[in-house]
Amino acid sequence: MATDTPRQTLTTPVRATGSVVGPWRAMALRMEVLWSWYRRYWRANLYSSGLQPLLFLGAMGLGLGSQVKDGSFLGGITYLQYIAPSLLVSGIVATAVNEAGHPVLSGFKWKQDYVAVVATPITPQQLYGAQLLWIVLRLSISAVIYGLAAALFGAWTGPGVLLALPLAVFTGAACAAPVMAFAAVTRGEGHAFVALNRFVVLPMTLFAGTFFPVDRLPGPCLPLVWISPIWHGNELVRAVTLGGLSPLPALGHALFLVAMLVTGMLAGRRSFYRRLVI
Amino acid sequence: MSRTEAGFDDTAVVSARGLKKRFDSFEAVRGIDFEVARGEAFGLLGPNGAGKSSTMRMIACTSPRTGGTLRVLGMDPQTHGPAIRARIGTVPQTDNLDMELTVRQNLQTYGRYFGLSRAHVRDKAVELMEFARLSDRADDEVQPLSGGMKRRLAIARGLVNDPEVLLLDEPTTGLDPQARHLLWERLFRLKQSGVTLILTTHYMDEAEQLCDRLVVMDGGLIVAEGSPAGLIEQYSTREVLELRFHPGTQTRYVSAVEDLAERVEVLPDRLLLYTKNADATAARVSERDVRPLSSLVRRSTLEDVFLRLTGRTLVD
Amino acid sequence: MTEGTPPTRIPAAGVPHARPAVAGRPVGGGPLLRMLPSSSYAGLSFRLVERSVLLYSRAWLVLVSGVFEPLFYLLAFRVGFSSLIGDVTGPDGRPMSYVAFVAPALLVASAMNGAVYETLSIFYKLRFDRLYDAVLATPMGTLDVAIGEISWAVLRSGLYATAFLGVMAAMGLATSPWALLLIPTALLIATAFAAIGMVCATLLRSSSQFDYIHAVVMPMFLFSTTFYPMSVYPPSLRWLVELSPLYHGIELARGLSAGTLDPTMIGHVGFLAVLAAGGLYVASRRIGKLLLS
Repeated sequence: MATDTPRQTLTTPVRATGSVVGPWRAMALRMEVLWSWYRRYWRANLYSSGLQPLLFLGAMGLGLGSQVKDGSFLGGITYLQYIAPSLLVSGIVATAVNEAGHPVLSGFKWKQDYVAVVATPITPQQLYGAQLLWIVLRLSISAVIYGLAAALFGAWTGPGVLLALPLAVFTGAACAAPVMAFAAVTRGEGHAFVALNRFVVLPMTLFAGTFFPVDRLPGPCLPLVWISPIWHGNELVRAVTLGGLSPLPALGHALFLVAMLVTGMLAGRRSFYRRLVI
Repeated sequence: MSRTEAGFDDTAVVSARGLKKRFDSFEAVRGIDFEVARGEAFGLLGPNGAGKSSTMRMIACTSPRTGGTLRVLGMDPQTHGPAIRARIGTVPQTDNLDMELTVRQNLQTYGRYFGLSRAHVRDKAVELMEFARLSDRADDEVQPLSGGMKRRLAIARGLVNDPEVLLLDEPTTGLDPQARHLLWERLFRLKQSGVTLILTTHYMDEAEQLCDRLVVMDGGLIVAEGSPAGLIEQYSTREVLELRFHPGTQTRYVSAVEDLAERVEVLPDRLLLYTKNADATAARVSERDVRPLSSLVRRSTLEDVFLRLTGRTLVD
Repeated sequence: MTEGTPPTRIPAAGVPHARPAVAGRPVGGGPLLRMLPSSSYAGLSFRLVERSVLLYSRAWLVLVSGVFEPLFYLLAFRVGFSSLIGDVTGPDGRPMSYVAFVAPALLVASAMNGAVYETLSIFYKLRFDRLYDAVLATPMGTLDVAIGEISWAVLRSGLYATAFLGVMAAMGLATSPWALLLIPTALLIATAFAAIGMVCATLLRSSSQFDYIHAVVMPMFLFSTTFYPMSVYPPSLRWLVELSPLYHGIELARGLSAGTLDPTMIGHVGFLAVLAAGGLYVASRRIGKLLLS
């Protein structure tokens, strides 16, 4: 395999040079290709991966925060410090859902690079795994940028932020995994993702404890909050930055997100296979 | 150079027995048998919907069979898909090249999926761009390339792992004559270097140019098999006499010429007389006072075979 | 092939009213036809609107869901933020509820968002679908394309604005009859941003560059006094906010919704009208350049 001398003309193929690599290396190879694409276009992605959550932090944390009169729920911290962890979560989840939606459908339908990849020794399952890992990598970059920039605003109250960043990325991954599975079974033009953003992601961002405590909501709405991944992520991230969460509920929140991630991955592997091998 | 000297094994590269493919209620391939020998150029001919592409996808291990047996390079695609794909090359019907990367990057990134080292794909990309006559567009994005260039790049990409078998699904559909001839010439060179070619096409000239042996498929079954010359001999006559008349009047002359040919076909403005010696037939036609507007003597082609076997009616 | 009689010249059935081209003196067709080069405009822009209606009648969920987006915001402000914030100072200097303060701003902001992203989506029609190549093979011209797509975007925004105003009224947030003028305000904002979106769509090279547009639209949405009054900003920054077209739309809408008219409104309308006219001009130029090159 590999390093024979460069040949000037096509030579008689005795034996093909391709070989099957293990699953982890296969995913690494696929991510390497995504990286070479990203290197060409990273500048355009800077905005959504770093700037947008910061703008929200400025507008809502500082601007709107200056108007908050009833600060009883803040317990001594500023409104900016209250929403900095939760804005991290909802920003990461929004990016995760976007990256898992349209770009994945395009891999099957418009760009068709997934179709090209499964003609090589890479399997659909490895392709799914690589795409999920790639999204996690992108989310991690976003989280670090946000973490650093929010620090400049004085938005963090302690070293808990170092735990908050991976927890937010984990929440994002738990959302990306099932959305990728959904993208793989989407046949149309991707209008479903618009509906997903409007009817699921946006209400979650607005009502699941990002901007105000969920106890301000009428009681019958609470079950909807309980099934929102953003709420579970918010609770976890606030717990590590601001404290005040006992171990048992924390475990519950973490288990909810783990269950979402695992179910999403199982469904995703299956739906990728079924879409590509027919 | 004999095959044994080069270290080849002589077993079939692809062998199918009773191969079937069913999608829900529709059976695309209904039990076919064929073998492809190493170094051979093998063609799958047939109208749209005949089952060619389904067969190709099964060989390429991206579509599980629903019946029969299939061996590619001696392995079962169902259980050894990745191992087979590592040793074959695929050129799909629609170019799924990465439009946002350059020509060079397309070749290099694809090569990496085959576990090839960076140094190897770097050199291989240069070699393949030369082969595909794309060297001067190496660092251009793919999007603005012409259809012929894109197809050559797709073929070059399929060769990145030095495949033993190259699968081509309608390689020249939609290309202009210059682009087609350049492509044929490159494919011929590949064949000479020992790559087994398996291609689907509905262009008869393409099949005659490239294929050592071919099968004609229709309705999910193989309806004929042989070399281009053998098929013509078996299913058509050596020559064809075409008699042109004013449209609509041609039917009047059928009875007058019927016994002069092995077979007469009636088209809207002409009669086709399938015969061994068209010049002699033409002489006898004029003896009978049949006066066509014009007449044409030509050799029988694969197209005649194809239309005879699969009919003239539109299949879509 | 038969070389019989040459095809008879039948008047083309596809042209409902043939384009007049009599020695520089076009007849009929309204003022636009007389002002614009007849080669780029055939008065057929409505055909593209019909196409969009047809398209969205199959994707009605997307259309309808657009109504909900600002409603979710409104609801969030009503149940959540209002309890944190209480009353704020209205345009007439008197205190008003925070929801009533935010609602008109959300109405125009969603008109902006809807319009700019609708026309941005023509990027796909330009690059991938090659829709306009087919359209331009008919009697339709480039200006028909520009006007048709922009009209549809504006129409859609008008639909949303009307629905939103209805909800505002139901929540008791629009008490003045002047609030009806929120709809023309939304249409004006939509026209300006639809034209700008179209210009951007012709300039983009890759879909990943959509982020550049988000990077302009989102700050405008967040910082054009949508969620809090101008007094939050230090005086040295206020001129920057005044550059935002959305700010002028919001000022206009807030005043109308509260029923307090003042002469500065003429300035706001003027700013938006100039922007809309300029945007339309550049959009038709860009579309022409791109499609006929």
